[in-house]
Formats: sequence, structure tokens, C-alpha cells
Amino acid sequence: MKDINILIVGVGGQGTLLASVILGKIALEEGLDVKLAEVHGMSQRGGSVVTHVRISENEVHSPLIEEGGADIIVAFEELEAYRWISYLKKGGAFFVNTQQIMPMPVTIGAAEYPAEIVEFLKANASDVTAIDALEIAEECGSAKAVNTVLLGAMAQKLPFDKETWIRQIETTVKPKFVELNKIAFEKGYNA
Amino acid sequence: MEKRIMLGNEAFARGAYEAGVKVISSYPGTPSTEVTEAATQYDEIHVEWAPNEKVGTEVAVGASIGGARALSCMKHVGLNVAADPFFTAAYTGVTGGLVVLVADDNGCHSSQNEQDSRYHGRGAGVPVLEPANAQECKDYMKFAYELSEKYDTVVLMRSNTRVSHSRGIVTLVDREEREVIPYVKNIQKYVAMPAMAKKLHVAQEKRLNQIQEDSADFAINKMEINDKKIGIITSGICYQYVKEALPDASVLKMGIINPLPKKLIEDFAAQVEQVYVIEEGNPFFEEQIRAMGIDAKGKDMFTIQGEYSANMIREAFTGEKPEHAAAPEAVGRPPLMCAGCPHRGLFYILNKLKTTVIGDIGCYTLGSLPPTSAMDACLCMGASITMAHGFEKARGTDAVRNTVAVLGDSTFFHSGITGLVNMHYNQSTGTVIVLDNRITGMTGHQQNPASGRNAKGEEAPALDIATMARACGVKHVVEVDPFDLPEVERIVKEETAREELSVIITKRPCALIVKQPMIPHTITDKCRNCKMCMKLGCPGIEMADGRPVIVKSSCVGCGLCKTVCPFDANEEGVK
Repeated sequence: MKDINILIVGVGGQGTLLASVILGKIALEEGLDVKLAEVHGMSQRGGSVVTHVRISENEVHSPLIEEGGADIIVAFEELEAYRWISYLKKGGAFFVNTQQIMPMPVTIGAAEYPAEIVEFLKANASDVTAIDALEIAEECGSAKAVNTVLLGAMAQKLPFDKETWIRQIETTVKPKFVELNKIAFEKGYNA
Repeated sequence: MEKRIMLGNEAFARGAYEAGVKVISSYPGTPSTEVTEAATQYDEIHVEWAPNEKVGTEVAVGASIGGARALSCMKHVGLNVAADPFFTAAYTGVTGGLVVLVADDNGCHSSQNEQDSRYHGRGAGVPVLEPANAQECKDYMKFAYELSEKYDTVVLMRSNTRVSHSRGIVTLVDREEREVIPYVKNIQKYVAMPAMAKKLHVAQEKRLNQIQEDSADFAINKMEINDKKIGIITSGICYQYVKEALPDASVLKMGIINPLPKKLIEDFAAQVEQVYVIEEGNPFFEEQIRAMGIDAKGKDMFTIQGEYSANMIREAFTGEKPEHAAAPEAVGRPPLMCAGCPHRGLFYILNKLKTTVIGDIGCYTLGSLPPTSAMDACLCMGASITMAHGFEKARGTDAVRNTVAVLGDSTFFHSGITGLVNMHYNQSTGTVIVLDNRITGMTGHQQNPASGRNAKGEEAPALDIATMARACGVKHVVEVDPFDLPEVERIVKEETAREELSVIITKRPCALIVKQPMIPHTITDKCRNCKMCMKLGCPGIEMADGRPVIVKSSCVGCGLCKTVCPFDANEEGVK
């Protein structure tokens, strides 16, 4: 198996951590080494958040993915996708949720939100998938399932069985949300 | 043996648990907080939040004298607060094993500086250990207690943001339950007064020399001889970056970083062509290694600023750069006070009144950012009160009639009280505003003496800040609901105008603890686009087509925007 480096980026409060928790459990189950890095503290107050996931058959040393090092970037928000594009490996896959959350400098008119981000991503990366994960999640019954939709989309690129994903979703999310998340995963998987 | 994915900080807590630790007393501080939080799951350990790091460390020292293994955890700047007991406990040594854990914040992710705590360890004359991943966090913690008891010394466990906040696979074993060591009175050891201290200092130097002598055999140091052209001496997270960047290089990874394992370093240097020292922060290793007569390269190649990376190291040695798209200039996304935050309205008023605000450390430091922009200074925990006092003494009473000190409840307990005592004693006429939200917010909701709950979530007595302020001699103490903006404005004006010391307490629980109605407001067609509501800097309102609109997914229905709207255009939502 090739080493897997996945960068998950978004805005504090979007549920970016779930994907890394599930990926970590899958790696552990498959007998692989895994490291995850996250940022706490100030970033939880609606700031930019990033989680690094590194999986390998060999020992994983650094917990961080660096510029040009991500096989996959999953962006929960467009501006965050734009911010982190330099981290994508040449030929890497980019999944972007077409949701826009205005940062305060834009809200108060001190800065502009970049225009046509998806087009920019496509011009600078060869494998870009834009998904309206919020709409799909709402169809499934909860805006909070955005993370599972994106997880489903990304799962297509990874060497783990669908059953493994589903099993770890079942062990991770609260029992009353399992069915909803399984549907959201399926929709993302087929998106 | 069970394997689990653990945060570095959870692994530290697990290590303390397995080592039989009985008492943990800490003050929260990113990136150290989760060690103490994770320890609350273990019933065998008494875990508490202390009001500050000095208290936490002293509790741990007392527990050690009492014969149990003990731990106190803090962020780097917290070790400054704890430095007083720390430096003298370094003389007295221990009965039960004693570890002080400090987490540095290279890169200033959530701190006011990038202080390098290794110097505190060296200054105090205690052994310092530095793990590089979650498994080592657990293993080193257990080794630290062996070291502490074997050599009769406090041990400083040094972590940083990347080690504390990275997750990895950790193998768990059972707890080693330990009997409390019988207490024997020993004033030569534990009464630190001059006659004893002189002897204790001699003993301290001796044991540190012995540790240095023995450290070549410590299993936590690792020498990897590969290509001998490049020999890298490193520790902690930098080791991981080195292994990514230069897998063929020879590496000496030090697990003990004070005193330096001199024999190993000399042995390693003799085997390689050129020694390079790779360490984030100041040239702490490099200067000592050069003093050993070894021609090491280090800070002539690498910065003392921020975090390192594998890319940075690879490029410095090989000139190779990974191929990637250019990073575009992207507008920043600074953190914000949450929708419904009880602090927001106060900063809106302070901005409106053009008040000079001497601020403090907590969520409310965000009040300094636009659009509220209501803060002039912020230094360290508790300094709002004391700096405001100095500001007045420099400029005179008249010049500070529109000046306030602002700090939160937890910061007030941490080190604000002594400042308030000083204000009363030295006859300040200033105004202190305590933002009482009943929790330590920024670090992720840890209980404090105002919460009515302890670290384990059990009921505990809650301190009343107004009573405390009166006990400090303050005659004018007034409480106000920070959502009642006209009243907040009236009180701030009245108390700052008065030429006597006063304390205003804004009382309302954190918006993440006691939820608002969660029914979004709407902005009706009465809106004349005056944008008064935009001055709140609330994530629940944004501009769309040049007009303010409610962000339904963010608005919690707190009603603050309704209060500031001059045209009654803001209506509560209906469920």
C-alpha cells in the first residue's frame, strides 16, 4: 500500500474532526501506523481549522503534512480550500464542499471573499471534485452530516472496503445518528 | 495488550496513571490542558484544577512530601507563574516522585510568546525529558517517576503543541498501584531556609552531575548511525521532521535534554563528519554542544522563530523543494467570540465610549479585534488590573477617567486578586471589569472556583466575585447582565467617572454552556442599513447585497442585535 496523506480543512465548528477519528480507527484496525495532528485553542472559535492524517505500512514519523505533500485534501469550505491548495501533491485529489462561510474581515468589509474558487482549484489541480455536501446532508436530514458526505466521497480514493468505513461510522457516531450518517456516507460515496 | 489512538496529552495522562500517580493539580493552558482533563477519567487519581500554576505545583510538591507520586501540568508561560516553588523544589527534592509537565507553543498557535522552557529546566537544575510521539509521552512519563525517585529530584517533562496535539498509536498496560511512602519529618531537606538551602544546593549539583554521568545508559536516548557525512543531534518533534527529510542521516535523538547526555554526544560526534544541531527555538543544545568543543552547525542554518518542518530541513541540506501550486494570498479567518457570547456587548460599549481598555488573557482578548477593537494592551494572566494601576500612577487620576481593566473570572482567581488588593492598598481610583461567565472558556471549558463544579464535574462550592471584591476593600461593586446594554453603558460611565476604586462584574454564563433560545432572529424591511448591528462583530450576521442579513445556521437568538438596532428592524424568530 502506498502511504496516504490526507489534509482536512474547514472552519471551527464544521465537524472536521470526525473524519480523522474514523480514518485513525480504520488504520488501527488494518494494522497500519497512523498519526493525526490537529490544532486546538484559538482556532475553535470560528477560525480556520486543519487536521492532518498520515497512514503508512511503515512507521509514520512527522504528524504533519507539508506543502506539496497531501495525496488528498478535503475542504469543508471554499476559502479554506483556496488557502490550502499549496499542500496538494502534484496529481493529488481535491474534494471541496461548495459552501462559503464569510470570515469577519469580509463581513465587516475590510477584505473580499475570493471569486470563483472552484475554477481556481481546477486550474491549479488536476483532480478536483466539487460537491454541495451541505445540500446533500440536508436531504439526509441534518446539516451536521456534511462531514460524513465528504468522507463518503473521499472513501472512493482509498484502499479500504466500504464495509470497514460503515463499521467505523457505527462505532464512532452517536447511536441515534448512525442511520442518518450511513445514508450520508452512501450519498457521498456515489456523488 | 490493548492499542489505542491517543492524543499526546492523553498519553501523558495514561503514563501518569500507569505510574501510580495519586495527585494531579494543574491550571489549564493550551497546549497542556488535555493531560489533566484526560486524567479525570481515572478514579484512582485525585485530579483538580488549581486557581493558578503556582498553586498547582505547590499542591504537587505537598503530595510528594506526603509520599505519593504527583504531577502538575501547565503551558510554558504557566511555568513562569510556578517558577517560585519549582526552583526551590529543585533543591529539596522529593519523597513521592514529582513531575512538572510544561507544554511550549512553538509557532504561537495560542499563546502570547514562544518561550523556550528548556531554560527553566536548566536554570532550576532539574532533569528535563522530551518525548517525540504519543507512545513516548506515555513511556517517558513512567520513566520520569523512576528518575525522580531514584535521584531524589523534580523532573520537568517538556512537550510542545505538535507533540501534545498529535495522535498516534499507544500500547496500554495496567496501573502499578503504589503504597504512600510513610512520612518522616526531615527539616534539613524540606525547610528551605538559608542554612539548609546552601547544603541542598550542593546536593542538587551533585545529583545533576550523577544524572549526566548515568544518562548515556538511559534507554530514552537513541543513536542511529547511518551515513556518517551528516550527524544530526536533535530531540522531540524535530526528530520526526529529520527522519522525514533525511532518512539516511546519522541521528542522535536525545530523550533527556537537561543535563545533556555528554558522553553520548561526544561518542556520536566522533563517529560523524559534521555535527548539525536541529532544535526549534533558541540554540539551547547548540551552545552547550559547542562548549564541549564540538564544531556543531545549527542556528547559522535554521531560525529561532516558529516551527520547523521536514521541507525546511530537506531544503537546507539538499536544496530539494517539493512541487506544488503556489499558495495564494487568502484573507485570514481570525477566531471570533461565539454567537451569543456574553462578552460581545461589553466590548461594543467600550468601543462606543472610546474607553482605554487594559485587557487580559482569555476569550475576551478577541475584543481587541475589529469591529469591536476595544483593547489597548494585553500582557499576561492578571496583568490587566496591575497595568491599569500603573497607567493611572503614571498619568494621574484625571487622565484615566475613561480607562478600565478587563479580565475574566478564571483570570481574576488566577492572579487578579492580588492586583486588586494592591489597587485598594495603594489608593487607585480605577475601574476593574470582571467578565464572570463561570468557566475557563478559551482552553475549552475547564471548571474554576466560580463554576460550582470541580475538575471531575462533581458539585463544589462556588466563589462569589462581588463578595471577594468587597473583601479586598472595594467600596463600589456593581453587578450587571452584559446583555442589558443600556445598563452596561450607564454603569461603565458612572464607575469610570467616579474618582474611587470600583469593580463591575458582568454576570452571564458562557454561551456554549447555557444555550440561548437557538431561534434565529430576522431582519425586517424596517432596516435602514445603518449597520449598527455589524459593529457587534457577530458571526450570526453578515452582509449580503450590501445589507445585513441573519446567518440562520449561526444565529442563536441572543437578541443583542435587536438591542442595538435603532429602527426596531430586528425581530425575534418564532419556532
